[in-house]
Amino acid sequence: MGSITLEKVSKSFGTTNVIPEIDLEIADGEFVVFVGPSGCGKSTLLRIIAGLEDATAGTIRIDGADATREAPAKRGLSMVFQSYALYPHMSVYGNIAFPLKMAGQEKPAIDKKVRDAARVLNLTDYLDRKPRQLSGGQRQRVAIGRAIVRQPKAFLFDEPLSNLDAALRVNMRLEISELHHQLKTTMVYVTHDQVEAMTMADKIVVLNAGRIEQVGSPLDLYRNPKNLFVAGFIGSPKMNLITGAAAAKENATTIGVRPEHIGLSKREGPWQGTVTVVEHLGADTFVHADVDGVGPVTARAPGEFAVKHSERVFLTPEAEKIYRFGENGDAL
Amino acid sequence: MATLQTRSAARLMMTPAVLMLFVWMIVPLAMTLYFSLLRYNLLMPGMEEWAGTLNYRYFLTDPAFGAALLNTLLLVGGVLLITLVGGTLLALLLDQPFFGQGIVRLLVIAPFFVMPTVSALVWKNMLMHPVYGIFAWIARLFGLQPVDWLSSLPLFSVTMIVAWQWLPFATLILLTALQSLDEEQKEAAEMDGAGPVSRFIHIVLPHLARAMTVVVLIETIFLLSVFAEILVTTNGGPGTESTNITYLVYAQALLQFDVGGASAGGIVAVILANIVAIFLIRLIGKNLEA
Ligand SMILES: Nc1ncnc2c1ncn2[C@@H]1O[C@H](COP(=O)(O)OP(=O)(O)O)[C@@H](O)[C@H]1O
Ligand SMILES: [Mg+2]
Repeated sequence: MGSITLEKVSKSFGTTNVIPEIDLEIADGEFVVFVGPSGCGKSTLLRIIAGLEDATAGTIRIDGADATREAPAKRGLSMVFQSYALYPHMSVYGNIAFPLKMAGQEKPAIDKKVRDAARVLNLTDYLDRKPRQLSGGQRQRVAIGRAIVRQPKAFLFDEPLSNLDAALRVNMRLEISELHHQLKTTMVYVTHDQVEAMTMADKIVVLNAGRIEQVGSPLDLYRNPKNLFVAGFIGSPKMNLITGAAAAKENATTIGVRPEHIGLSKREGPWQGTVTVVEHLGADTFVHADVDGVGPVTARAPGEFAVKHSERVFLTPEAEKIYRFGENGDAL
Repeated sequence: MATLQTRSAARLMMTPAVLMLFVWMIVPLAMTLYFSLLRYNLLMPGMEEWAGTLNYRYFLTDPAFGAALLNTLLLVGGVLLITLVGGTLLALLLDQPFFGQGIVRLLVIAPFFVMPTVSALVWKNMLMHPVYGIFAWIARLFGLQPVDWLSSLPLFSVTMIVAWQWLPFATLILLTALQSLDEEQKEAAEMDGAGPVSRFIHIVLPHLARAMTVVVLIETIFLLSVFAEILVTTNGGPGTESTNITYLVYAQALLQFDVGGASAGGIVAVILANIVAIFLIRLIGKNLEA
């Protein structure tokens, strides 16, 4: 079991209010991702759940029981830190065994659990090594190993992939997703990278300046962003946000069109513009154009779309995929 | 210094400094060695003669030598023990956030800046004096007989004085090491269920091992040659109870005017220091490897 509930949780450091007031439900077995720009309070929120930081006000329930004043170790949660926080003087074996040793378990039981975890994480050959003799991905796996041997109610991840190179990040993303399917344990995962959020989450919590902007499944957020912030944050490349006359024509202060919902042509279309930059990714081509009377717009074209800098192009936004936002930024 | 040229240029530039340091070391050592093989007493000037190993035999079989050797080791060991344990505790305390932290840290460092003779005099006359010392006053407050520290517990008293001087050094080094401990590591251990004591044993102590090694090595170098504190307080006495090797060499040379014997003692002290150094490097040197 591992459901987590936050009720009216707020946090201030001295006089600076970092998290105004948050209510959140995390169901048992769910993979929840907190996503938001750097400094928006994601880590702080995670640390409040872990018990490493006291909430200024509010209640935290784990499996329905009030855990607000409970010590971190008593909450039955495991955390994987951004820096991995491995113990440098202990071997991989010692690192993974440490929580079990602290729990006072018997040597043979510890040995079995450590070896099981090492097998799952492909670490069996490295059990005698020190953390500094491992690669970034291996260290990451040791940190995960240390987290899973305790069989916690939930895992907390704080930007676990941000120290890895791009290729490894994609790999580890898959491994963590797979681990979630195997263990079916609740996972709370913090990241500033919306791609990680979209690919891994059952439920995404979009945070901005300590407030929850929207909660929903990845596709839900993609299809129905509640406001400008979510619209701009979810999706890659970013949604085009257009103000002025083009927006007024739709009776909105701002309209948004995703690059993938804009058709490109060299002959005809409602918008006409000059190409500023073309990015060929193989499967896709991203065309950045300066549209007359609208401003800069990014559009996605098929990979073979041949266009060059300073050429004139025509753009056709799909009418039913245009998002309209009011003066306060909320979707209309 | 990547290329052959820059390397040989560097060697050339360094040569004068290295040569100078070498001469600086080798000349006194050679002279001491030479004197240690002479019968050379200041009371009989101009009567130096070859003595072979007589000075060494004389120095090593002197009953005072055995006592001094033991005292030296006890003094070094005692001070190391007190400064390591006390330094760790003080560093842990100073690492906590509290009001007036800056001032308190400064006060803790202060003893290191007091000259050995001055601190020894302060301890002798203001703290340990059997009549008007503070310790005696405290003893009388409880209706106890004041202890005459310097004559009844001479080596212990000297150890206390020297430890007081070196405690700030150990505290400072250990405090900086403590502050370099990754906060997330402590938090990870906390999440893993380690209480304050387990965290200290499993996370903090191993992290401090390297700094402790540095403290032990540096302090040992200086503690082997403690002299001023003994001269000012006990004069090595009563008898030889607080005489260490350094003080014995001094007594030989300047109280008995026996330059030959003192030189032999000096060479013995150098050899002893090297034995201790080799022993220490073997024992804890691996802590210094990255
Ligand atoms: N210990 C602290 N003391 C004061 N301010 C803090 C502390 N920790 C974090 N903050 C502030 O809280 C805000 C949120 O920080 P954090 O949760 O680390 O953001 P994120 O993880 O989303 O990048 C930041 O503005 C940061 O400066
Ligand atoms: Mg963070």
